[in-house]
Amino acid sequence: MTPILDISHLGIKFGGLQALDDFNLQVQNREILGLIGPNGAGKTTVFNLLTNVYQPSKGKIQLTGENIVGKTTHEVTRHGIARTFQNIRLFKSLSVLDNVKIGLHNSMSYSLFSSCLRLPSYWKEEAAAAKFGGELLAVFDMERLADVPAGSLPYGAQRRLEIVRALATNPKVLLLDEPAAGMNPSETAELMRTIHDVRDKFDVAIILIEHDMSLVMGMCERILVLNYGLVIAQGTPDEIRNDPVVIEAYLGQQEEEKEKIE
Amino acid sequence: MTTRPNVPFRYALNAAAAAGLYIVLMILIRAKVLNRYQALMLIPIGFNIILAVSLNLSAGFLGQLPLGHAGFMSVGAYTAALFSMSVSLPTNLELPLALVLGGLMAAVFGVLIGLPALRLKGDYLAILTLGFGEIIRVIILNLKFTGGAYGLKGIGRQTTVTWVYIFVLITLFILNTLIKSRHGRAILSIREDEIAAEASGIPTTYYKVLAFSISAGFAGVAGGLYAHYLSILDPSSFGFMKSAEILVIVVLGGLGSIFGSVVSATVLTILPELLRGFAEYRMVIYSLLLVAVMIFKPSGLCGRYEFSLGDTLDDFFTLLRGKLKKQEPVARKPATPEPAAPEPAKGK
Repeated sequence: MTPILDISHLGIKFGGLQALDDFNLQVQNREILGLIGPNGAGKTTVFNLLTNVYQPSKGKIQLTGENIVGKTTHEVTRHGIARTFQNIRLFKSLSVLDNVKIGLHNSMSYSLFSSCLRLPSYWKEEAAAAKFGGELLAVFDMERLADVPAGSLPYGAQRRLEIVRALATNPKVLLLDEPAAGMNPSETAELMRTIHDVRDKFDVAIILIEHDMSLVMGMCERILVLNYGLVIAQGTPDEIRNDPVVIEAYLGQQEEEKEKIE
Repeated sequence: MTTRPNVPFRYALNAAAAAGLYIVLMILIRAKVLNRYQALMLIPIGFNIILAVSLNLSAGFLGQLPLGHAGFMSVGAYTAALFSMSVSLPTNLELPLALVLGGLMAAVFGVLIGLPALRLKGDYLAILTLGFGEIIRVIILNLKFTGGAYGLKGIGRQTTVTWVYIFVLITLFILNTLIKSRHGRAILSIREDEIAAEASGIPTTYYKVLAFSISAGFAGVAGGLYAHYLSILDPSSFGFMKSAEILVIVVLGGLGSIFGSVVSATVLTILPELLRGFAEYRMVIYSLLLVAVMIFKPSGLCGRYEFSLGDTLDDFFTLLRGKLKKQEPVARKPATPEPAAPEPAKGK
């Protein structure tokens, strides 16, 4: 099967710091993939490279066979990579439905002229967007909140809305940056169900960065471990859990080993 | 979900309100309830509304604060004036053509200045646009065909209350429909969070330049009305103080509220005239009022509230039926585009 996302030899340097080097990854459709590693390992950098917030110093990113390096962020989004942010970034004073409709921006095509004069294409596409947006919200049990300003939603709902907005852009790959940050265990459990639902209903591949090991180990089919910009391990959750290199990256060397080296 | 308002009915209602207000104004003028001076005041109120509402598009809705709005106004004013002076068409054709041309020229300048300027943010953008505004003024001052420092004289006094009224209505209608479309949402999303907007597939640079040039374009239309009202153009009247004056109107009315800009432009145009009796103290009183509003209502008189005649009437009738007991736990929020009818013409 050809991978939906094919990253090869991706690397970026910030001044003298090699933030990411020789990063290779093939993602299949409908795969759930975890990206973990200690703070500063380069996880969010991978997301920023995929969405072209940063331009890579070397390497290739192919999305369904097409190279996306060098495109702008909104073009990448249109090609099918959507993301959420580590620190939630919603359009806070706009309504929940409007947040989703902004994600639907590129699925509408009526012109500026049409919107100023309210031609039939405006009414037709706006009605369709409102309906589709409502349905999307309904999948996440949020249709009641459609008219509420996004900023006044409770924390968990804000995180969900970010996912809805990302899905509204009709992505092939969904990037979730620490979706469970700040959630309690029951909220995390609910989030895991939501992510599974998203994969099943929307047919997307999901890459997620997460520090919550119960979530990562519980739902990822494959895990990549980054440290100092390098992939130090990859495999199934069980393989990762027992990998000495990973344990070392997270917990440091054991005392006896250190002594041995000395 | 909110119930979908009856759109054709809302349009009819707003059109009727706009026509009604016009008829009332005309009767007041004909019956000499408003004297000649007061009737003439309606014109500056009108172009100040257009200036304020157009500046609000970039300052309040796009969230980028430009300080050179008077520069675009002057581009429109001179373009419109030079056009109408060089052709001789029937007045009712010449003026609208001149205004549209002035608006288009100002919009072109908006694109030219917006492209480099909008790469900057906040204070930097403000200073840069301030600089551009001054450059435009100085260029006009030094060109031959603009009359230089002597100014441009002998422009036909073609601006009437009716034309101002028509162009205020057009401005309000277009900006209102724009804001409530996918393009308007794109503009709002940039104000809310530019990074998230870009990640949601919004071409942010395009929409920034678009909003900026539409804003400039309507300033140009207002400039054209101004030129044909005073019949004399003098570059020194388009300086930084003019830009600041428009900004004060917008901030006082509420950044992000078209209704607020209309109210505020009306009040702040009439107020200095009302205070004429206090002679030298009038600017002090004017300034104190501004300080007071900023202390007690920093979001401006109207915040982000938008007046909708249809909604207001709906609320009124629900109130009459006594059904307002446990309705809508979620209060109506301002400035959230809904598929509602356009903002009615509560301006002049």
